[in-house]
Amino acid sequence: MKRDYLLFLLFTLIVLVAPAAFKGGYLLNVLVFMGINTMLAVALNLLLGFAGQISLGHAAFFGLGAYISGILTATHGLNPWLTMLIAAVVVGILAFVLGFPILKLKGHYLAMATLGFGIIIYIVFNETVDTTGGPSGLTGIPNLKLGSLTFDGDMKNYYLIWVFTLVTMLLSINLAHSRIGRALRAIHDSEVASRVMGVNARLLKVQVFTLSAIISAVAGSLYAHTMTFISPASFGFNFSVELVTMVIIGGLGSIFGSFLGAALLTLLPEMLRVVQDYDIVVYGLLLILMTMFMPGGLVRGIPAAALALLAKMSGEKVRNAEG
Amino acid sequence: MDLFQQLTQYAFSGLSTGAIYALIGLGFAIIYNATGIINFAQGEFVMLGGMLTYFFLTVLKFPFPVAMTAAVLVSTAAGATFERLTIRPLKKPTPLSLVIITIGGSIFIRGIAMLIWGKDTHALPPFSGNEPLTIAGATILPQNLWIFGITVLVIAVNKFFFYYTINGKAMRACSYNRTAASLVGIDVRRMVLLSFAISSTLGSMAGIIIAPLTMTAYDVGIMLGLKGFCAAIIGGMSSGIGTVLGGLLLGLLESFGAGLISSGYKDAIAFIILLLILFIRPQGLFSKAQTERV
Repeated sequence: MKRDYLLFLLFTLIVLVAPAAFKGGYLLNVLVFMGINTMLAVALNLLLGFAGQISLGHAAFFGLGAYISGILTATHGLNPWLTMLIAAVVVGILAFVLGFPILKLKGHYLAMATLGFGIIIYIVFNETVDTTGGPSGLTGIPNLKLGSLTFDGDMKNYYLIWVFTLVTMLLSINLAHSRIGRALRAIHDSEVASRVMGVNARLLKVQVFTLSAIISAVAGSLYAHTMTFISPASFGFNFSVELVTMVIIGGLGSIFGSFLGAALLTLLPEMLRVVQDYDIVVYGLLLILMTMFMPGGLVRGIPAAALALLAKMSGEKVRNAEG
Repeated sequence: MDLFQQLTQYAFSGLSTGAIYALIGLGFAIIYNATGIINFAQGEFVMLGGMLTYFFLTVLKFPFPVAMTAAVLVSTAAGATFERLTIRPLKKPTPLSLVIITIGGSIFIRGIAMLIWGKDTHALPPFSGNEPLTIAGATILPQNLWIFGITVLVIAVNKFFFYYTINGKAMRACSYNRTAASLVGIDVRRMVLLSFAISSTLGSMAGIIIAPLTMTAYDVGIMLGLKGFCAAIIGGMSSGIGTVLGGLLLGLLESFGAGLISSGYKDAIAFIILLLILFIRPQGLFSKAQTERV
């Protein structure tokens, strides 16, 4: 438990000094995205990694956050901080109401239902052209302001996003170590057993689903206000799958794992830019290979692989000494 | 055109897309019954059917029937290879890891298709002419008749296979109880492989017969696959008549919804139905509820 908080402190320090190494520029922009993705991955991990409930429609909550905040500021001129709050509340209520019927489902059925929900929302973004601007997107979303400080540059956005991300991570680590975190893990292992032990599994699942949706909506608002432009393409089925991939590749139930997964999947397209269209192939292959050979994710797989390598090397040394 | 004619028109087009959904849905149900896996890559075999036929027909200049046969064979081989390389080696399959692996497979296949054939949309020629026929005041293309005919044929062959051949009976045994099936000497792993092969055959055939009507591209598999899954869910994941009815019902609702309400929301209709059915009758419209076993 203490280890997690120490790690978090170290991580915070790295995040705070990291921009000094880049001095602005393109890579800083990538790091901003990495922050948003980390926030989303951590949010989904609460649901998927802790409670063991899959959602293939989380991009919808992200998109709803972005569009609610975007429309209310760009079209109706409200204050961005206020709209961020409105988006979080609206999405929270939606997720809570939707959570009861949807989380009654299990396994494949839950995957399909959340997927269906995601696609419905995606279609609505595309079809309500008068409000959302349709497939060509919504422009003119204002930046967030704090007093006289406007978050318009990469450097400012970096700190804005990462403060939110770090808070999300800290809250999630706290949650994981609380009674609720243990109850969620109990549901993950066996829902029936957890209910026998007095956990209100049904309500708890809906609550964590709601929390996860709210965090995603806040991430969506932040995304809208840093990008100042949004279009439905960013919130489709593919992005939902990408989020699930981040959580799984990083390591289910590990907050820092979610960061690793988000970092890898944010950097991967940048690294694969040289080979252009091959990225989707590599991406699919990665998904298959990681699930097959590193089911615990990077956060468990890397230490295990390092240990195995170390054991092999020292084993060879022993053999050499004997020989 | 009066309202009656219009409605007949919607019914015809709904039934023919519904037949496609039924074929794809059967593919889902067959794999699910033999293995408990929802194969999220199912739609990609539909895409492969159409795209491979186009490739064999226009690039390699095969005659049309040969091109179609070759496309079905290659898609079937791809389905079997997919099972052999990714599903079978899995040490501890969980529903979650299977969902992820089949999604990964679907992205991979789609990516390969995009690299080989590009992002363009292609049309296949209709099987026999483009002269519309008029039935009850509504026009119907010969291709629609091909779709109905082939679907009925496939369903009949499917029924025969599952009830009158030793492999089909063995696969049904697997769907009732895999352990018991292996105890009486059924090679369960071979049946799993077979179920992937059969469902990719069905999927690719669906992809071929619909391509002359709706065109084909590297990314058509996603939507068609999901619609097929809706059909299977409505039918309660049965590998028989339930899924076929589910597909037809979905096709009709979509067609009437698109015609009478809004064509932009056509795809949303399918998913709203999916959600409603999952919420109200997760066991499907045509089957009895089962109690959960722990």
